[in-house]
Amino acid sequence: MITLRNVHKSFGSQKVLDGLDLDIPAGKITAIIGPSGEGKSVLLKHLIGLLQPDSGAVEVDGESIVDLRRTELNRIREKFGMLFQNVALFDSMTVFENVAFPLEEKTSLSKEEIRGRVLTALEDVGLKNIEHKFPDELSGGMKKRVGLARAVVLNPKIILFDEPTTGLDPIIKRAIHQLIKDTHAKFGFTAVIVSHEIPEIFDVAQNVAMLFRGKILQHGTPDEIIHSTDPAIRQFISGSLDGPIQMV
Amino acid sequence: MVQALGHTTIRIVRDLGRVGWFLLYSLYMIVRQPGSFVHVLKQLRFIGTKSLFVIVLTAAFTGMVLGLQGYYTLTKFGSEGMLGTAVALSLIRELGPVLAALMVTGRAGSAITAEIGIMRITEQIDALETMALDPFKYLVTPKFIAAMISLPLLCAIFDVIGIYGGWLVGVKLLGVNPGAYFYEMEKSVVWRDVYSGFVKSFSFGLIIAWIGCYKGYYAGHGAEGVSKATTESVVLTSVIILVWDYFLTSVLL
Repeated sequence: MITLRNVHKSFGSQKVLDGLDLDIPAGKITAIIGPSGEGKSVLLKHLIGLLQPDSGAVEVDGESIVDLRRTELNRIREKFGMLFQNVALFDSMTVFENVAFPLEEKTSLSKEEIRGRVLTALEDVGLKNIEHKFPDELSGGMKKRVGLARAVVLNPKIILFDEPTTGLDPIIKRAIHQLIKDTHAKFGFTAVIVSHEIPEIFDVAQNVAMLFRGKILQHGTPDEIIHSTDPAIRQFISGSLDGPIQMV
Repeated sequence: MVQALGHTTIRIVRDLGRVGWFLLYSLYMIVRQPGSFVHVLKQLRFIGTKSLFVIVLTAAFTGMVLGLQGYYTLTKFGSEGMLGTAVALSLIRELGPVLAALMVTGRAGSAITAEIGIMRITEQIDALETMALDPFKYLVTPKFIAAMISLPLLCAIFDVIGIYGGWLVGVKLLGVNPGAYFYEMEKSVVWRDVYSGFVKSFSFGLIIAWIGCYKGYYAGHGAEGVSKATTESVVLTSVIILVWDYFLTSVLL
């Protein structure tokens, strides 16, 4: 379980998170939705300590991760995997080396065992015979899959997905969503997905939280969000130009 | 006005603190987690071996021009026999360490900043952190170790090639006595000269890795941020090398 209480974060004069409260239940898929530029990725980075709040509390399984020493923070980060918006594969390494890297650094497995784990992880995300390729030789969808394989290869308890389907065609989008659902069903991790994909995300997530003006407007099941009476949520779901969400 | 001055002062103090902390933490990590031998070897190849060609080329022409200029000056005093000493001392004490460091700054220092800067803006450094791995162990300490090993070696090569460059011009082209060229050099160059050159190039290696990694690690946004960081890295490293050279020379003289 991840808990955020009264979290504030500003960059210069720009307030991004403004007293945000959120509970992310263990073992479920939680989606964070909201207009672009509202701080969804900033929120996600707070969950793993890549950003520290100006004030407020962030707890993972009851342990605060605010202002921890690096070694303490790393101990908590071992529970996490993360798929970045731009995937963030190591571009000087092959696909195999990318997926093998966490195993080589964090486990004492033999080379043969690592090879087996990497190939299985790649097969789980539907990739075969690409392990010798470099990231810049792959399509966007393939990169996302490799990123997903790298994120799950250590079987983390919590996986963060930062816009996992942005910039992909509808078929690959659906495939990635299905992949997240399948790997979640297989491994049972806690998933947090930042997404704009309306309405597809309602089919993937078990919980949805809408972020707007630095706060969580509403947090509930997909059904509760779909039938919300909040004007900002209704506007965001319908994609209407009229409403409290203004285009900048 | 006062507010702007205050902001600038705070920014400068903060930046100085950050760059100082970066050096201290890098040195701490070299002791605690120096990175894998393979990573260090890769960096040795990149910073050291791949700089060889440019070092040899620069050294040869530096030695040759020293031969020319030295001969021109020394003939005015009828002391062209001292050409070997003049070339060797200029190179070993001063030009070898400084020019080798400036060439490595241009070739490898800029590349270090660009590489780490691109990893920063493409979130590859964040990816390392989310895996509970310290980016310094993979990106910074191997470069520090490699630069501190490579620079004294490159400086030694620079000195030798430069001395033979001076010999080529002085002895082969201008007719200085070959025996005098090397005999006078052997008589006047002492261990302290060589030692001070090595101390300088070792510290220059540290400066190149320090500023190169620091500027990349804190690169701004996008391609422009990396480009700015790379330019600043080369300029700042070169300036610090020249200023530090003056202080070291005054201490080691």
